[in-house]
Amino acid sequence: MSFVAHLINGISLGSVYALIALGYTMVYGIAKMLNFAHGDVIMIGGYVVFVTASGLGINPLAAIIVSMAACTVLGVTIERVAYRPLRGASPLAVLITAIGVSYLLQNVALLVFGSDTKAFSNVVTLQNLELFDGQLIIKSVTIVTVIVSIIIMVGLTFFVKKTKIGRAMTAVSEDQGAAQLMGINVNGTIAVTFAIGSSLAAVAGVLLCSAYPSLTPYTGSMPGIKAFVAAVFGGIGSIPGAFIGGILLGVIENLSKAYISSQLADAIVFSILIIVLLVKPTGLLGKKALEKV
Amino acid sequence: MDMEMKVNKSKLSKTTKNDLITYGMVILTYIVVQLLVSTGHVSSLIQGLLVPFCTYVIVAVALNLTVGILGELSLGHAGFMCVGAFASAVFSLAFKDAMPSGLRFFLALLIGAAAAALVGFLVGIPVLRLRGDYLAIVTLAFGEIIKNIINVLYLGVDSRGVHFSMKDAISLHLEEDGVMLIKGAQGVTGTPNDSNFTVGVILILVTLFIVLNFIHSRTGRAVMSIRDNRIAAESVGINVTKYKLIAFTVSASLAGVAGVLYAHNLSTLNALPKNFGYNMSIMILVFVVLGGIGNIRGSIIAAVLLTLLPEVLRGLSDYRMLIYSIVLIAMMIFNWSPNAVFLRKRLRQKFLPGRKVEKEEA
Amino acid sequence: MALLETKKLGISFGGLRAVNAFDISVEKGQLYGLIGPNGAGKTTIFNLLTGVYTPDEGAILLDGVNLAGKRTIDICKAGIARTFQNIRLFHDMSVLDNVKVGLHNHYPYSTFEGILRLPRYHKVEKEMNARAMEILEVFGLEGYADYKAENLPYGQQRKLEIARAMATNPKLLLLDEPAAGMNPNETKELMETIRFVRDRFEMTILLIEHDMKLVAGICEKLTVLNFGEVLAQGETQEVLNNPDVITAYLGS
Repeated sequence: MSFVAHLINGISLGSVYALIALGYTMVYGIAKMLNFAHGDVIMIGGYVVFVTASGLGINPLAAIIVSMAACTVLGVTIERVAYRPLRGASPLAVLITAIGVSYLLQNVALLVFGSDTKAFSNVVTLQNLELFDGQLIIKSVTIVTVIVSIIIMVGLTFFVKKTKIGRAMTAVSEDQGAAQLMGINVNGTIAVTFAIGSSLAAVAGVLLCSAYPSLTPYTGSMPGIKAFVAAVFGGIGSIPGAFIGGILLGVIENLSKAYISSQLADAIVFSILIIVLLVKPTGLLGKKALEKV
Repeated sequence: MDMEMKVNKSKLSKTTKNDLITYGMVILTYIVVQLLVSTGHVSSLIQGLLVPFCTYVIVAVALNLTVGILGELSLGHAGFMCVGAFASAVFSLAFKDAMPSGLRFFLALLIGAAAAALVGFLVGIPVLRLRGDYLAIVTLAFGEIIKNIINVLYLGVDSRGVHFSMKDAISLHLEEDGVMLIKGAQGVTGTPNDSNFTVGVILILVTLFIVLNFIHSRTGRAVMSIRDNRIAAESVGINVTKYKLIAFTVSASLAGVAGVLYAHNLSTLNALPKNFGYNMSIMILVFVVLGGIGNIRGSIIAAVLLTLLPEVLRGLSDYRMLIYSIVLIAMMIFNWSPNAVFLRKRLRQKFLPGRKVEKEEA
Repeated sequence: MALLETKKLGISFGGLRAVNAFDISVEKGQLYGLIGPNGAGKTTIFNLLTGVYTPDEGAILLDGVNLAGKRTIDICKAGIARTFQNIRLFHDMSVLDNVKVGLHNHYPYSTFEGILRLPRYHKVEKEMNARAMEILEVFGLEGYADYKAENLPYGQQRKLEIARAMATNPKLLLLDEPAAGMNPNETKELMETIRFVRDRFEMTILLIEHDMKLVAGICEKLTVLNFGEVLAQGETQEVLNNPDVITAYLGS
């Protein structure tokens, strides 16, 4: 029974990674940049919920919506101020700028909220699910996390495939110049992508903090990196890939912690990433890009 | 024939002059700092930072070899530093009383550099097949794996030989006279303090000598040709895998040298996210990018200035890292934004018309 | 015996037959043209000849040695050098260094000797510089030796690419649309350079070209490719007057 419990916890953690990875993968696919600050947007999302729900006593669901709105504004602002001036510059320059933004968000949080760990109260207050006469308890937050991430993944896939903006995104990701010539507003499309990615980050932040109820300015950092690994794992740029990558990563991490070594769990996760990339250099569901000679 | 001689001479003297300026800058800084220290103008805080400065300069120059010359993005150089640091610290601790400190440190250097080179080589074989961001994330992964493994590594030596375990100290079954060398997450304690500012500056000069001569050699040209156009390089018979590996291994081994310097400046060596994690790799990358990709002298200046900046801002206490990050973003936009680049070009044409005309044709 | 001979060379990409049963025979010292409409598979043939693609079937004989399936660098060492349709210079390196990379395999010294600047480094580098300047002079580029390759005027970049290929000391030179993007004057100058290279080094040259004037002016033999297959082959004038060729180019 404990194996099943570990597995379920892994899926839950993986769903959070998947949500973050979806944001990473969309931004990467469309703006062709590694948004290193994405993990820190999660952290800000967590703080917003903490302040509004625990501090001001607003209804948790309303707090989540406030947080999503705040992160959306934040994401779009970051894109406008820091990334857009660098459109067309070396990818490395954009990467370093994203790192700068990441430092900035961490330090703003440090100044505003302090470095102490905030005890985050679970916003999911539903009853836990007990199976097999209480031998297997599945926390309600776990169930909610998994369901939410599946809904978002399906919704996003639908959005990208079926809506006008979604198709504009695909066009921009294929060829920015050509998309512009076809009358697509490239800057606007990229801004929308950041808006979606950042609001997902807010959701991820809430679920992450509900499952692991401690919040510091550095909370988003490691999950951010792991989610990026998940996105690469699944094939960066691919929405189902990010989802599968996230879930697999969470499961592998939790099972390694339980059965091999908690200290080596990260090393095992990273080793598997390396093996996957060596066998399939574009990730599980990534597309192969041919170089024209 | 006349033409030929003239061109060759001017070319040689140009690169040589450039290199000499770099060496001179380091030596001059060293002299100035020593003078300031001896006249008591340097706070003990900054004095304590002199060796870390050297460490960062070395690892930044090493990383620039990978990023600027080889043209691949590595986020794992802190891992190579870590290998160099631990390999050399273990050696120095084991032979603490067995040899004079000068010889011991020299051997420690060789061991640290060799260990990091070996790991760099082994990591490079699979990693260098990947491209761009994939390569970056895999080097990051390797860096984290190295740090993780060292954190669970227990190593001890006794009369029966060397023992190691990845579980705990007890499983080493050391005898009474045994000595613990690596104590898992507690790391290595009691490494002799063999490094100082002078040693650091000498190592910077050695690193510069290796990297600059490497760049201007046949091997360096082969590496840069791969960076500029891999397919064309192959078409003229350059063995891409071989030269990528050579450059990556040399770069890793120099990062190992930085690790040796770092380890022998501390009595306790731990593999923490702060010193050997991906955050450190990123910080080094920031030095390289801000100093100018492929610009070795720039890396040195950026490493020193950016390490100094938070210390200078220390008076602003809580706000210093905030300012640091804003400065970083602003500098990136100023240096790299296509609009800013265009503007600078226009200004240069306006005010410095005498320069060699750079033709701009599509 | 012909210097270059291919036998039933073919490759497919997915379901597309890009090149089918391609036969060609180029004699030593010949200036040979490979022409055909866009997408006929000309560059694909160059990529097959230089090992960028591995042929699905057929043989590539250079001086009777089969090169099919070998790696690009081994093919370069065997004596085939090329230029590219979209110029591929080492753009951030000097013009001189571009040529020196071409000389790489003929002037060896180790990485170690290079870092420590041992005597052999100085000796070999001096020889390399002299040889590279000699090659640049052939192409009239000696005055640009110090320039960054990307700062050269377009026409000179094309020439530098040929110079770099010549530095590898090839038996066969492949030129992929050398006159693309050039004005008539530059094209004329280029024609002279190509002819000069052939005469001075007794070089065998196979070139892809769209500029019919250039092709008619310098090529002795032609192969016309259409939809991956040989449409016509033979003496230049004969081929250019072939009704099938005219149809393929102008439509019926």
